[in-house]
Amino acid sequence: MFAYIIRRILATIPVMAVVALFVFALLHLSPGDPAVIIAGDTATLDDIARIRQKLGLDQPLYVQFATWVWGLLHGDLGISIFTNLPVSKLIGQRVEPTLTLTISTLLVSVLAAVPMGVLAAWKAGSWIDRVVMVFAVLGFSVPVFVLAYLLIYVFAISTDLLPVQGFVPIGGGLGPFFSHLVMPTLALGMVFAALIARMTRASMLDVLAQDYIRTAQAKGLANDKVLIGHALKNAAVPIATIIGIGVAALISGVVVTETVFAIPGLGRLTVDAILRRDYPIIQGIILVFSSAYVLINLLVDLSYTFLDPRIRY
Amino acid sequence: MTVAPADLTLVDARSVRRGGLLTYVRRHPTMVVGGALLGLMALMAIFAPYLGTVDPQALSPIKRLRWPSAQYWFGTDMLGRDIYSRTVYGARVSLTVGISVALLASGFGLAIGLVTGFSRWTDAIVMRIMDGLMSIPSILIAIALMALTRASIENVIFAITVADLPRVTRLVRGVVLTLRELPFVEAAHASGTGFFRILWRHILPNTLPPLLVQATFVAASAMIVEAILSFLGAGTPPNIPSWGNIMAEGRSLFQVAYYIVLFPGLFLSITVLAINLLGDGLRDALDPRLARRM
Repeated sequence: MFAYIIRRILATIPVMAVVALFVFALLHLSPGDPAVIIAGDTATLDDIARIRQKLGLDQPLYVQFATWVWGLLHGDLGISIFTNLPVSKLIGQRVEPTLTLTISTLLVSVLAAVPMGVLAAWKAGSWIDRVVMVFAVLGFSVPVFVLAYLLIYVFAISTDLLPVQGFVPIGGGLGPFFSHLVMPTLALGMVFAALIARMTRASMLDVLAQDYIRTAQAKGLANDKVLIGHALKNAAVPIATIIGIGVAALISGVVVTETVFAIPGLGRLTVDAILRRDYPIIQGIILVFSSAYVLINLLVDLSYTFLDPRIRY
Repeated sequence: MTVAPADLTLVDARSVRRGGLLTYVRRHPTMVVGGALLGLMALMAIFAPYLGTVDPQALSPIKRLRWPSAQYWFGTDMLGRDIYSRTVYGARVSLTVGISVALLASGFGLAIGLVTGFSRWTDAIVMRIMDGLMSIPSILIAIALMALTRASIENVIFAITVADLPRVTRLVRGVVLTLRELPFVEAAHASGTGFFRILWRHILPNTLPPLLVQATFVAASAMIVEAILSFLGAGTPPNIPSWGNIMAEGRSLFQVAYYIVLFPGLFLSITVLAINLLGDGLRDALDPRLARRM
């Protein structure tokens, strides 16, 4: 198993290399002079020359790539064009709200969706099953920002239950912290929860049809013991996989959710960077989000050996 | 959702039973509802000028921020433009992007998937690249591409296609890898059928059903991504009425005029729902074994 863990960790290196290459190549494969593109329509020749020099675009391509990767390995993501601050510092300042929102969404979605999927599979064909499936289809269909505005309308405009927008760090008091987190979490969690509920149901239906489930029931084991102890345990691997893959949807949703709720996180930073054409920031954010995604899926892969001791690599 | 290779259903024209329209509707209710809703949206997009709309770009500052009424069905925005007209015309952008991305991603994905499924060394290279691209959330790929190009519908389509390509390629490759080991392909090979004939007659037709299902989901997600890009200011040019653009314009006014965001959001959700229902129905119809589980 130790060899498997090492092999799995090493396998992330080529993936991250492709990500880095893509992020680097984007700027150079695009038609036209990158410095002109970044500078925008209103730039003077001086601006363009300044940007070209700042990004090292006047050097040969392989030198640029080597310098860039060397910097990355030392935690240097470059300098923001607009603010002149290191990108790593700008990203560092914005991590907390994004991390808070992502973790709360992950927790709420998994805790709500797995029981929903289990129930739907256990009562397959009943009204519970139908409600869960309708929820899943709606979850895939209602875009995160539409749902976010619906929530704002219901909970903040027609009733005054929750604050319209903003973010309060956990140090600012538990009450405001949670009340600001409720709507973003629900809006962001919908797609993710729909995905997990659907996979849980499918995976549980497979397991519940197995002979050992009938045996467990026949020997008079209580329903909850059969469902959780026997069935869910065996259905866990595909569920863990979809949670890992679903994190990509979560990351995409974060950018939008933070814009709607005016949360000062990485998503807002991305949108500001787009509007200012601050390309080093966009590059840095892609690298950070992709690393997080690869890392989470690495953890999911490693969790297989615990979830299912039969899996030996 | 990708289709697990083990659940492949092989195409055989003789097994398709013919039945009346009613039987069809009763057997595939979700597909019919989805198809009908999507058809309505398509008709609305095509006949937009004849549906009681005015010029969606026409400004009239005196009539700004009017609430929905008999004259302005969906109200007017901060520049006095008619939101009903803008929403109806917005369907054109969404459907164009959705259909174009689905076609382009399926076409290129099919070509790359077929090649990688049969050639070991291209497989090794191409799949490493696809693995890397798949670990970048697709919206970020699209944002990065849009940040480098001028805002236009063509560029939006291109950016979303690139972001969706890895998933389609993986699906096709997976199907091809399973198919080429099956007895009927081996038999065709043994009886002296040429490589291209096997590819054309035996492999290609069997990749199409899962690809068709995948294409519907690609179209649905492309519409959402287009709306998100426009909403964030990195998508369709602001002068073109797209659902994402209308919502972006209503963003700062949501507390005083929520109807600006409401109507395009509603139309976007209904269209995506219609495509998802159609896709679910197609999957049920084309792959009965998988259908029972999902």
